[in-house]
Amino acid sequence: MTDLTSMTIAEAKAGLAKKSFTSLELTDAHLAAIEAARVLNAFILETPDQARDMARAVDAKIAKGEGGPLAGIPLGIKDLFATKDVRTTACSKILGNFVPPYESTVTSQLWRDGAVMLGKLNNDEFAMGSSNETSCFGPVVNPWRREGSNTTLVPGGSSGGSASAVAALLCMGATATDTGGSIRQPAAFTATVGVKPTYGRCSRWGIVAFASSLDQAGPIARTTRDAAILMRSMAGHDPKDTTSVDRAVPDYEAAIGKSVKGMKIGIPKEYRLDGMPAEIEKLWSEGAAWLKAAGAELVDVSLPHTKYALPAYYIVAPAEASSNLARYDGVRYGLRVPGRSIGELYENTRAEGFGDEVRRRVMIGTYVLSAGYYDAYYLRAQKVRTLIKKDFEDCFAKGISAILTPATPSAAFGVGEKGGADPVEMYLNDIFTVTVNMAGLPGIAVPAGTDAQGLPLGLQLIGRPFDEETLFSLGEVVEQAAGRFTPQRWW
Amino acid sequence: MNATVKPGKLIKGQTGDWEVVIGMEIHAQVTSKSKLFSGASTEFGGEPNSHVSLVDAAMPGMLPVINEECVRQAVRTGLGLNAQINLRSVFDRKNYFYADSPQGYQISQYKSPIVGEGEVVVELDGGKTATVGIERLHLEQDAGKLLHDQSPTMSYVDLNRCGVALMEIVSKPDIRDAEQAKAYVTKLRSILRYLGTCDGDMEKGSLRADVNVSVRKPGGPLGTRCEIKNMNSINFIGQAIEYEARRQIEIIEDGGTIDQETRLFDPNKGETRSMRSKEEAHDYRYFPDPDLLPLEFTQGYVDELKADLPELPDQKKARFIESLGLSPYDAGVLVAERESAVFYETVLAGLADKARDGKLAANWVINELFGRLNKEGRDITGSPVSAAQLAAIVGLIGDGTISGKIAKDLFEIVWTEGGDPRELVEARGMKQVTDLGAIEKVVDDIIAANPDKVAQAKAKPQLAGWFVGQVMKQSGGKANPQAVNDLLKAKLGI
Repeated sequence: MTDLTSMTIAEAKAGLAKKSFTSLELTDAHLAAIEAARVLNAFILETPDQARDMARAVDAKIAKGEGGPLAGIPLGIKDLFATKDVRTTACSKILGNFVPPYESTVTSQLWRDGAVMLGKLNNDEFAMGSSNETSCFGPVVNPWRREGSNTTLVPGGSSGGSASAVAALLCMGATATDTGGSIRQPAAFTATVGVKPTYGRCSRWGIVAFASSLDQAGPIARTTRDAAILMRSMAGHDPKDTTSVDRAVPDYEAAIGKSVKGMKIGIPKEYRLDGMPAEIEKLWSEGAAWLKAAGAELVDVSLPHTKYALPAYYIVAPAEASSNLARYDGVRYGLRVPGRSIGELYENTRAEGFGDEVRRRVMIGTYVLSAGYYDAYYLRAQKVRTLIKKDFEDCFAKGISAILTPATPSAAFGVGEKGGADPVEMYLNDIFTVTVNMAGLPGIAVPAGTDAQGLPLGLQLIGRPFDEETLFSLGEVVEQAAGRFTPQRWW
Repeated sequence: MNATVKPGKLIKGQTGDWEVVIGMEIHAQVTSKSKLFSGASTEFGGEPNSHVSLVDAAMPGMLPVINEECVRQAVRTGLGLNAQINLRSVFDRKNYFYADSPQGYQISQYKSPIVGEGEVVVELDGGKTATVGIERLHLEQDAGKLLHDQSPTMSYVDLNRCGVALMEIVSKPDIRDAEQAKAYVTKLRSILRYLGTCDGDMEKGSLRADVNVSVRKPGGPLGTRCEIKNMNSINFIGQAIEYEARRQIEIIEDGGTIDQETRLFDPNKGETRSMRSKEEAHDYRYFPDPDLLPLEFTQGYVDELKADLPELPDQKKARFIESLGLSPYDAGVLVAERESAVFYETVLAGLADKARDGKLAANWVINELFGRLNKEGRDITGSPVSAAQLAAIVGLIGDGTISGKIAKDLFEIVWTEGGDPRELVEARGMKQVTDLGAIEKVVDDIIAANPDKVAQAKAKPQLAGWFVGQVMKQSGGKANPQAVNDLLKAKLGI
């Protein structure tokens, strides 16, 4: 059983093809693992019956030689993705027991290609958070612990359930979403690989919206190759999402193992923060050295507007969120707390339904869009966004293939440790990742080492628009050099 | 201000004359099969919530996709208003909470509308015209409907209309009295109907107007305006403006000031009343909708739509005056409604000699047909006399087969019994007598029987009319009046 859950997707595909085991066996092994790991709180809804039905159906197809690229592979789905006839809540009380009569485009593509759904994964409420502590289902626990310590650590967020489940071998891969770092930061905290694709690469249709101009779906997996395999199924143009781009989806897996010789890798000086832990600094240098050893050329680059990215992000994202979340009003679906008037019904429902962090961001967003403040906040933030984008464009125009940065400013922290008094403390987690969303670029977080306490640390590679392939090639180089990191099972 | 603005009727107050300044925002529902951002049907009158897609109901994760037909219709409308077409425009979110707006925002266009400045020539009484400037036209979503009368404790929501495309057409404050305002809406409605971009059905709410009214001393600075919301009748618009202008004048003359506010017109009382003050106005927090890309198209696309535009009322009117010699008034009446113009042009198509009878046909459509239709409260599309039948009647007058007087009898027969006018004239012996011999005999008989009248007529030639009447009477109206006149003149020596 352990063998079946510890395989990579690539290995499982080979095993299924050789009929070494069936998808049903693979699925059952994962369902058992999920059951045994409920303490992690990664899955908020297990769908064993549906999983087994899907596995049996795909086994029948495999027997006839009709399996798709993900035939029989059991996956976990972040609860932000609408799944037909399966409760979808974005981990917010306000959606209550909402069961969508539709399937998100990204997940429907996974099922089309033969994947099996194990259940729905925990996340920060409406994907707002960097620790998975804002979920109405409670925090997710990181399978990693500090050496010699029982302290419960966060898996990062908002895709904390996805990262924790993949790291703890509960599913072979997971869907996730990234608005400011929500795929890459939890991947870095759990020694998994997380890809935030170029904005427009994956359809947003059927994904509960947080900040429309920044949200993008992507995979979390245990290896770069697995992430590439998942990406191919998740990506693609969707006429139902105007912002999705009509561009052929390449065979991302083919980029794994491709030579990176001669590629110019930018090392941005602005990411060298004051007071950055020495081990992060060391990790970064090591990563650069590995790429150099593989034949890439290191180039010092400047992204001068980096320091404005986080403040601008915390204007743009809440502004869009305040509007996107207006639909949760208690009228048509989800939670309804009655009142004597329509105004009271709205107030009661939203006060009861939204958690603190969501309320904070709705208020920030409402404020920055208000008459008299729009120009000073929202408009200025959009201008900053344009400058950040231009920083990257200038860099790529000089022949830079990708940019290497740390993924996070620290390793995973303890549950309840950050953001209690000052939310900005939590927001600083995204300092290296938000620029990528602001510029609409692809980014990948790859495990690269551990800190002094044995916790995983990740590196981030940022690519040109729609050049995820280069990121997979480079990510593979890091992975090969750093090796793989697996948490000790304690649960 | 616009040089082409026509002064309007001034209102007399205790302190002298007052001028009314009016600007309008017209919401015109776009004629299209599906909604602005979803595939749901726009059909009117379905069961509540039967035309609602997941997008219209604002389900989680749903995204809007622009309906190209609505874009096409907006561009065509802009062209019909002689307006600037913007090749790039942006959809914004207008944020507000209300149960008729499931998204919690309306997708509209704020800073960059699809259509910019244009103008409309409106027809005033006595054949005069005024030009009203168009500020902009933008596309936006209509809201759903709240039903408050279904339950004593709850309100129900019908989302069928929610998301249907609206064109908001904003005029400049170029309108100066109620008559101009009514004429503006009438003309705009006519242009939309000619274009087929809005059915203009005000009763169904396809066309609604928000009217901004302020008053000032002629030539003085603009006063504070009040907005009268959601007017759906041209007559009510007139009444509301008259009432509102007088209300504002009274307040100012009593030493008060006008509060900028939104008001509603109560048609039963003929009054406007306050709905919400400026302080209560929403802060809509407009910002570009991140779910939609800017709307962009090429000049070539616009040119193609322009080449395919139908003839619009102003062009049609000019053509009727120019090529058929109609008076501006008659031409204006015929083109005012698209259906009337179509009817008249069908009559024209049925005429053997358009140059000779075109004007006569216009008279018959306007005076006989419209008169009769009005009397019976019917509209042109339900006319018992078809365009072909009317063309036949006019043709019979034109070629001298029947007189105008007989033609009226014939029209009556066709109206009530139907039938081919030519056959009716033949079958019922209504043909005009042009046989000079027969007419001459009647003339001779009457002259012989009335020597006294002959003497009088010789002294006063205008009395010869009496003889014409007698001849027509004896011939049953069928004698050719011209022939009778000529004969009488000769016989009486006048």
